[in-house]
Amino acid sequence: MQDIWENYDLFLKAFGLTLGLLVVSGVLSLLLGIFLAALRVGPVSLLRRLAAVYVTVARNTPLVVVFIFFATVGPRLGYTFNSVEQLDIGGYHVSGYFFRSCLALTLYTSAFVCEALRSGINAVPLGQAEAARAIGLTFAGSMRQVILPQALRAAVPPLASVQIALAKNTSVAAAFGMLEATARMKFFINRNADDMVLVFVIFALGYVLIVEVISFGANRFERRFAAAR
Amino acid sequence: MRIPTRFKAATAALLLAGSLAACGDAGSDDEGSDVEAEEVEEGKFEEGSKMAELAEAGKITVGVKYDQPGLGFKGATDELPSGFDVEIAKLLVADLGIDPEDTSAVDYKMTISDNREPFLQSGEVDLVLASYSMTPERQQVVGQTGPYMVTGQQLLVKKGSDITGVEDLKGKEVCSVTGSTSLENVEAEGAKPRGFETYSECRDQVLDGTVDAMTTDGSILLGYAALNPDELEVVGEEFSEERIGVGYPKENPEMCEWINGVIEESIENGDWAAAFESTLGKSGAETPEPPALDECPAA
Repeated sequence: MQDIWENYDLFLKAFGLTLGLLVVSGVLSLLLGIFLAALRVGPVSLLRRLAAVYVTVARNTPLVVVFIFFATVGPRLGYTFNSVEQLDIGGYHVSGYFFRSCLALTLYTSAFVCEALRSGINAVPLGQAEAARAIGLTFAGSMRQVILPQALRAAVPPLASVQIALAKNTSVAAAFGMLEATARMKFFINRNADDMVLVFVIFALGYVLIVEVISFGANRFERRFAAAR
Repeated sequence: MRIPTRFKAATAALLLAGSLAACGDAGSDDEGSDVEAEEVEEGKFEEGSKMAELAEAGKITVGVKYDQPGLGFKGATDELPSGFDVEIAKLLVADLGIDPEDTSAVDYKMTISDNREPFLQSGEVDLVLASYSMTPERQQVVGQTGPYMVTGQQLLVKKGSDITGVEDLKGKEVCSVTGSTSLENVEAEGAKPRGFETYSECRDQVLDGTVDAMTTDGSILLGYAALNPDELEVVGEEFSEERIGVGYPKENPEMCEWINGVIEESIENGDWAAAFESTLGKSGAETPEPPALDECPAA
């Protein structure tokens, strides 16, 4: 316990990294997920099928396997992504490990985002799409201005679940070189064999806090923008 | 159709010879020294002690590591784990009158760094010999005695790397197993710590060039360098001191004197040195001076 008090900066840094993984992969997977959902309901049958194949593969592959691919198999094939370390973003250098982890989390999560959104799109009455077509909107236009705004609102609860799952899934990165909260917890447990349970509880509370913030935000969002029907 | 008797005899002889040859092959790659079970005399162990209980049952569970060549290692097709930790474990098992090679009597259970204390606390294992550093925090919850080896942390790098010692680590990526003391030590030196589940994954990262160095006890690194002598090398001086000991359940303090006794005897009669030579010594390391054992806490 005292060990965590004295090293609270390590504790905060670890959860900072967890949040970093969550925010970056969360935003990227949302964007990729929206794109995939649009392909899946779009008019081009080849793209529809490609997106369906992608979602099926990504959903049926355990996250650990995706991580193994990017952390272990990729480098063996020559894809180390170490070149991202040359990029300077406001004086901060992204590490190859962070990049690989975000890639794995994004590709995995976006399949779930896509499916959550598709459920939202299905909740939009067909008449809305027909009306959009009738006033001369293109597919892209009707998606952007009519369907997606309503679909996103309807999809808030499942999307929140996907993001909550993502928050917890970041812990998989612990086994692949990222010193995020779960990996740091193992440090503290290793050092404080006599206080194991307490260390565990403190780190678990950190995750609970993150998840509570997401579900609170989703709740607020849902209430404020609920589609009135 | 009748088969001539002579032909049958010849076939039988051939088959027999073939099966004998196969037996010979299977035995030849056996690693480590042969440790024979000792006869346990009446009254060797105090009645009611854990040792008497184990000797009586003729069964024991020992926690060892499976992924540290030279210390505790078990390949996919190996029946028994091998390594220095395992050799010391065999001496202890043999002292209880149990055949250390008999897998139906001895269960060499795989432990990882994280579960050694829980395994001892829950009675999942009777002893732990798994590159187990002795620390005051661990001794709060489990019994530890020894050390039967003193080692220090070093660095494993790709041949020709510009890292030659711990002072070159600033800003470099260094891997080890998640949550290990070794990783903590290099973090304090300014390196970026990269934790993996197993040492072999970490070694692969060094080979792939995604990390600059791997760190843990020098003895473990020597084992890996010996497996890949063209690509990997161990560099720098040892920069920490790890005292490797035997873990036992805290509620059985009587085991401490027994463990120390067996280790001391093995140091005196040369078994300890033989155990080292047949395992870690193979990578070219010289057999060190045996360490001095700690006193057991008053029971």
